[in-house]
Order: sequence, then C-alpha cells, then structure tokens
Amino acid sequence: MSQIETFYEVMRSQGITRRSFMKYCSLTAAALGLGPAFVPRIAHAMETKPRTPVIWVHGLECTCCSESFIRSAHPLAKDVVLSMISLDYDDTLMAAAGHQAEAALQDTIERYKGNYILAVEGNPPLNEDGMFCIVGGKPFVEQLRHAAKDAKAIISWGACASYGCVQAAKPNPTRATPVHKVITDKPIIKVPGCPPIAEVMTGVITYMLTFDRLPELDRQGRPAMFYSQRIHDKCYRRPHFDAGQFVEAWDDENARKGYCLYKMGCKGPTTYNACSTVRWNEGVSFPIQSGHGCIGCSEDGFWDQGSFYDRVTDLTQFGVEANADQVGVAAAGVVGGGIALHAAVSALKSAQKKTQSSKEEA
Amino acid sequence: MVVQTPNGYTLDNGGKRVVIDPVTRIEGHMRCEVNVNDDNIITNAVSTGTMWRGLEVILKGRDPRDAWAFTERICGVCTGTHALTSVRAVEDALGIQIPENANSIRNIMQLNLEIHDHVVHFYHLHALDWVNPVNALKADPKATSELQQAVSPSHPLSSPGYFRDVQNRLKKFVESGQLGLFKNGYWDNPAYLLPPEADLMATTHYLEALDLQKEIVKVHTIFGGKNPHPNWLVGGVPCPINIDGVGGVGAINMERLNLVSSIIDKCIEFNKNVYLPDVKAIGGFYRNWLYGGGLSSQACLAYGDIPENANDYSAGNMHLPRGAVVNGDLSTVYDVDQRDPEQIQEFVDHSWYTYGAPGKGLHPWDGVTEANYELGPNAKGTRTNIEELDEAAKYSWIKAPRWKGHAMEVGPLARYVVGYASGHEDIKTQVDGLLRDMDLPFEALFSTLGRTAARALESEYCGRLQKHFFDKLVQNCVNGDTSTANVEKWDPSTWPAEAKGVGATEAPRGALGHWVRIKDGRIENYQCVVPTTWNGSPRDTAGNIGAFEASLMDTKVERPEEPVEILRTLHSFDPCLACSTHVMSPEGDELATVKVR
Repeated sequence: MSQIETFYEVMRSQGITRRSFMKYCSLTAAALGLGPAFVPRIAHAMETKPRTPVIWVHGLECTCCSESFIRSAHPLAKDVVLSMISLDYDDTLMAAAGHQAEAALQDTIERYKGNYILAVEGNPPLNEDGMFCIVGGKPFVEQLRHAAKDAKAIISWGACASYGCVQAAKPNPTRATPVHKVITDKPIIKVPGCPPIAEVMTGVITYMLTFDRLPELDRQGRPAMFYSQRIHDKCYRRPHFDAGQFVEAWDDENARKGYCLYKMGCKGPTTYNACSTVRWNEGVSFPIQSGHGCIGCSEDGFWDQGSFYDRVTDLTQFGVEANADQVGVAAAGVVGGGIALHAAVSALKSAQKKTQSSKEEA
Repeated sequence: MVVQTPNGYTLDNGGKRVVIDPVTRIEGHMRCEVNVNDDNIITNAVSTGTMWRGLEVILKGRDPRDAWAFTERICGVCTGTHALTSVRAVEDALGIQIPENANSIRNIMQLNLEIHDHVVHFYHLHALDWVNPVNALKADPKATSELQQAVSPSHPLSSPGYFRDVQNRLKKFVESGQLGLFKNGYWDNPAYLLPPEADLMATTHYLEALDLQKEIVKVHTIFGGKNPHPNWLVGGVPCPINIDGVGGVGAINMERLNLVSSIIDKCIEFNKNVYLPDVKAIGGFYRNWLYGGGLSSQACLAYGDIPENANDYSAGNMHLPRGAVVNGDLSTVYDVDQRDPEQIQEFVDHSWYTYGAPGKGLHPWDGVTEANYELGPNAKGTRTNIEELDEAAKYSWIKAPRWKGHAMEVGPLARYVVGYASGHEDIKTQVDGLLRDMDLPFEALFSTLGRTAARALESEYCGRLQKHFFDKLVQNCVNGDTSTANVEKWDPSTWPAEAKGVGATEAPRGALGHWVRIKDGRIENYQCVVPTTWNGSPRDTAGNIGAFEASLMDTKVERPEEPVEILRTLHSFDPCLACSTHVMSPEGDELATVKVR
C-alpha cells in the first residue's frame, strides 16, 4: 500500500500548483457544505492519504449513474479519474475487455485486499439462477459477491443498487434485488436517485477519501449531508405552496408564473434529496424549476406509489378527510403550518406504503 | 461445421474459438464468441445479449401518462429517446396533437441527445479502439501542434505548450503504475496504427470532450429539469414559456433561451473544429482497414425522425430519413409501416424465450414473451458458468426482429445509406464531400470506419438542425404563440375505452419503436423494439445472422487473445444492451419464479 501516491503527490506530479491545490481543497469544503476551518484539514488529509483503488461493477441497470457521474463539474470527472481515485475496473469505460478485463478485476482485488471501494451500479437479479445478468459467463451476483468480499466499503449508486428501481417495480419479473439484501457484512452507503446528482456522487467519494471514513448516514443508509431534507423543504416555489398558489393544468397561467406544482403530482413533499439546493448539471435547473413535478426518484419503491401525476395527499382510499389542498391553504395562515404538514405527509406516506403493500399481498 | 445463411454468409465453426465476455465500453452486458481459422480470419460470429430486465410486464396496468418515465429508464445513455418514443406512442393511441413549440423543443432535445451520444461514444467508448494513449507519450508536442493546426485550423486549443501539459499529465499518470481505466489495454498490439502525435491529439480531445459533454446536456436540464433522465409530458412538454411576463423566471424565458443558444453554438463549434477533423485524421491512418461493413451494404432500416411540423410523421416531413433498403439495391427505398403485421416481426428460435411452437415470427402488437433459458447440447460449461455457447440452439436474451424477413442494420450508417439512396440533399452533400476529402470510393462507406464516420457527419447535421429548431421556437414566440402543452385529453375520462398506438424515433443507435395498447385508462400491453435488438440480434428461424455478427465476418484479427479488431467493429454500432434485452409479452405473461440458490 505504501507505494500508492497521496492525492497531493499525484496532483503535484500532474503539474497542479500548491496554490491550485489549496483552492481545490476550499472548493471541496464548500461542495461538502463545510466551513473554511475544514480547508486545512482537507489539505492535510489529501497530502497524506493514499489514492484509493475503486472497482465499479454493473448489474441490471441503464448506465444513467455512470452518465451522471461524468457530468460532475466540481470536481470534474476527469480529475476524479485521473488524480483522485484509481478506477481499476469499470466495464463501461475501461479499455480492456474479456479476459484482460477480468484479470484487471482480479488483480485489483488481490493487490488491494480490504482497501478498495466497491461501487455498484445496478443490482443483481436472483431469478433464473442469476442468469438474467451474465458477466464472464456467470451470474452477475457472483461477481458482486466476489468483489464485495475484500472491499473496504460499498457504495450503492442510484436507485437500482439502493432499492431496486425500475426492474424491481411490481411484479419484479427478474427478482432484481438491491445490494444490501445480498451483501450483509460490509458497510454500504446508499446514494439513491435515478440517477443521483453528479456532484452528490463525487461529493460522497471525495468525502470518503478526504476524511477516510464513511459519511454520516441516516437510518436508511444515505449520507445525511445530501439526503436529510425534503425537496419541498428547500424548494424555491415553496412560498407559492404556502400561499395556496398552484398550477392547475399544464401550461396554464399559473404554470407560466412558476406556481407550486403540488396539484400536478409533485412528490417534492415526500422526497429526500438535494435537487432543490444543489440542483442539476452545475446548478442549471431541477425538475420543478423546469415545470414538471418531482417524481420522487430517490425514494424506495417510487415506481409503485401510484401515478406520477397523483397528488401525494389526495389519497382518499386511506380515509384522509382533509385533503392536502385544504391543508395547503390552511398552512398559509398558520405559522409553522408547513412543519405540521410535513409531519402529516410523512405519516401519510408510510400509511400509503403499508396500505399498498397489504393490498398487493391481498 | 459449415453453414450457408440465407443472407449470404458462410459460417464455419471450426478452428479456434475466441470468447469475449464482458465486451466493455458499451451500455449494458454483452458477450461475443468468434471462430478464427489458421490465418486468424473470423469465420463465424456469435453475439449474445447477457441481461434481461422485463420492463414491459412492469408497465402492464400502469397509467399510460407515466410510461415515458419507465421506458426512459431502459437506457441512461440515450436518455430521453425512449421517453419521446413513449409519449408519441400514447399520443398516437389517444389522438393527441401537440403544439408547434412542443415539437420544436422535443426536436431540440432529441438532436441534443444525438450530438451528446455521438460525441461520448466516439471519444469515450470507441476512440481507444483506434487511439493508443500510452503511445502518446512518445509524441513531440510541437509536431502535435502542427498536426492539430493542419487538420483543424480554427481550433483554438492547439499550442505546443497545451499539448506538452496534457502529455506531462498523462506521463505522470502512466508512471504512477496505476493505469486505472487504461489498465490491461492492448497497447503494444500492431493493430494500432496512429503516429504518437495523432495519439496525443486524440487523447487530448478525449479529455476536452469529457469536459464538453457535461455542457451539451444542459439543454435537457433547461427543458426537462435534469440530465440524465429529463422529464417529458404526454401532450407536449412540461416547461411553460414566459418570455417577459410576471414570474417569467420560473419558465422558459430570455435568459434560458440564451443559455440554450450558447450551448447549440458550442456543439456546432466542437463538431466543426474537433469531432469531424478527428474522424477524418484518424480515419486517414486506417484508410486501408475497411472491414466491418456487414449488412450495411445489403439491408438498412430507418423510421425517420425530427418532424418539421408538429404531428406529421410522414417521410416527407422528417429531417432524418425514413425507409428500408434490401438486397443491396440502393435504387429502391421501400416505405416502412410499423402498423403492418407483415413488416416487422420478431423471432425467438435462437433467443432465450419461447412462443410455444417453434418457427413463428410475431408482430409487436401480437408478440408473446416467455423466458426459456437453456443452453444447446454443444455448449461448454454449465448453466451458470458458460464457457462456450451453442449457436445452433438458443444463445441470447435478445430477440431477432426482421423486416419482411430480412435481418437489418439500423443506426447512423443505416440512416445515411437510406438518406443517400432517397436523395436526401444534406446527407448526399456530406457523404460525397467526406469521400472526396478522403479520396475514398463510395463502397468504403460500408465498413466499421464508415459507421464511425456517418455518426460524425450526423452529429454535424444535427447541430445545424438544432439551431434551425431553436430559431423556429424563438420566431414562434415572437409571433405570439407560447403554447407548450395540449391538455384537452389529459384527463383519462376523455379517452376511448380501448386504443392502440405506435411511436417511432431515431435513437442515436438507430430505429426505435414502441407499441402500446390502452384499455380502460391503463396500459394493457407495451412493446419496444429497439436499435440494438436489430443490430445485436441472434440468428432467426431461417438462419439469417444479425448485423453485429455479419460485420465481424472475414475480419483479420492480429492477435486473437487481444481482440481489438472485434471491439472496434462492435463498438462502431454503439451497442446498448440494456435497451435491447427487455421485451415482454403484450399479455404480460409473468415468468415462472424459479428456485433461487
């Protein structure tokens, strides 16, 4: 392990000045939401920490996580790949194929036993003996187990690895199964979303490399720094919600004024993600800003919560007397009403899930 | 054993068998097996899709207005194109007419995807088949600068110092001993022909393109809120337009349009200054490597796309060509009707599905999919540890679609062959110009390089079209029309009890079709026949081989254990396996749950 260069050495050897390095540390601190006091700490970590090998495997997925990852602006994907990690296996991007690719995987596992990060995009299907996803003639789940055995930690990229995503939507014909249900003896960080935001992905990696520890995780195993608040909590259209100003139909006058999309089915009130703060593609926009409600893509089982255009609280089948329209209007006149509403919506959501699953079972 | 295929290939599975699994630098999971003779010439090719997700059964019973989001997740690389195909299918079924602005915005998004996908494909998935980044270390930065200025006089990033910096960075990277993505590449293989300066130039552009691609997609972010996987809407587009009114900051306004416009210009610049010159320069060094044509000279299929006027999907109204060419006869372009049960059919005799009785082909509206994973008697290995497949039996998760019984190639080259054959002015001018510049005959087009070049030409053409539709969108707003959605039939209570529709697009990888049946406001069944299903198809009932397989035939492989030539040709199709391997029956037959170990 000692031959592995530190970040700082790598960055210096690649012509990056001390000044640029410090600037980079400041940006990293900012990106992680840390204060200036953390800058020297990050710098120190990067000067002394080795460049960590990463193995990135792909199960049943659509590659949107990889595509999102390369969209990262700070840090740039090329800097992550060239200077920060050693991406030794990634079948989407690597030069080698077939036996040479398999050999690169094996070599990395053996050489960096217990010290590499395993990044998983997609999930293993368990039906048909796992042969709905074949790598090297064998079930993907075998490759996953093999690579997980000696990993330091596992990152479950996206909704597929974290929760199952679209192929696990009912009736889940291939029995696509999230990573944590197959690998139970390793620390797993879930970075959900379909896909996750690029800078959230690189932010999680940078955090782990910088602090040499897992980020603080919530009960579901998601990094608290990015997933602890609802889209709705930080939505710039929130004042319209509080004021009872809603889009009533696509492209109506209210839509053109940027009113709240709640009545159009927006799942912002029940979705934990950083979209309304970090936003997408270098902060250009996020779904609500571009006129469509949030579809809740970072939530477990979001494909099976009814139509994307159903209102989250318009759930009469659950015996809710006051629908959220009334709650929304009422909230406008009550200080702190938003908080109460959120509590209500959260309760509703879990009720909804329970009811739906009991319905499915029935 | 020697077999003659109806589509004109002689397959010999004697000699040495070479297996490549995983095929890397593609979307999804793929395996390839070939036989080579004593001269290392490929005499038999077997292409296998090695993943299956079953999205159509998942769609059954859902709200048709949600289908775009499910199908969009078929592929995150060609993100958005399945969504567009889906909303078109639903609109076709329900008779929904979209506003002109929605048509322009959808076209801009689809064209934006074509450019993004082509650029990422060429530089990040395909280039390493031609370009040797390790060899770039030997380059003279000054000579590289001269090469850059010769092939692309107007590209600003061309100084010797610039190339020296990149080379230094690359040098330290290689010297660190941690080659990362470049690990175990075939860097001393004689199949790499570029001089070090061209390798350095192209490797530099690998990095430039990586920076640019994240800019290109911002068009999707503006109109669709995010990328990958922007949001779409049945009946139009979700983003309203409010150029100068109260609350305009929450809609498509002047600032947003300016951002779109600046990105469109960046795409045009990059195509002109970097992408096209690179393809010509690199292609020049490989001008004698004209393998890989496969079906392209024989059978090409395109559905057409980018309608000039909204709601008219006839061939004459679309900028990307539509039609079919068969039997190598470019004098006739046949029209394609996705509704005709006799035209498009899928076969499964060599796929891991069953129709009950063998030998049948079924139209997507009447298709059946029941998984049937089994290996043939001559396969080597076990059920869960395949060493060699038996292509005389079932061997892929991809079905075999056929147009009037013909195995067809789809994609940029197929579009350009169909366009050329139908006398498409822009395409003809581009193709003739490229061949003249490179001093190559027309036949050179039917090759791996021709496929790669067609993609670059198309990226350039799409750049111009993107600007055209942007101007059209702005002009329409100036004229006072800012409508972006038609909500007359948004409410399911306005729908007929039963309806069926087809949506078609040209995805970056080729002709893409979705077939939907709606009953009582819900999806009764849903079928997708996607580009890589056409290109990557296994043998059909009659024994015709698919486009991937045909393209590998007769190729010389310098070192069979380092299959760079095979990767080169497979990559030239830009395979997308997640797309190709998910088909399910319209009846939504569920798979039997099998015992899990």
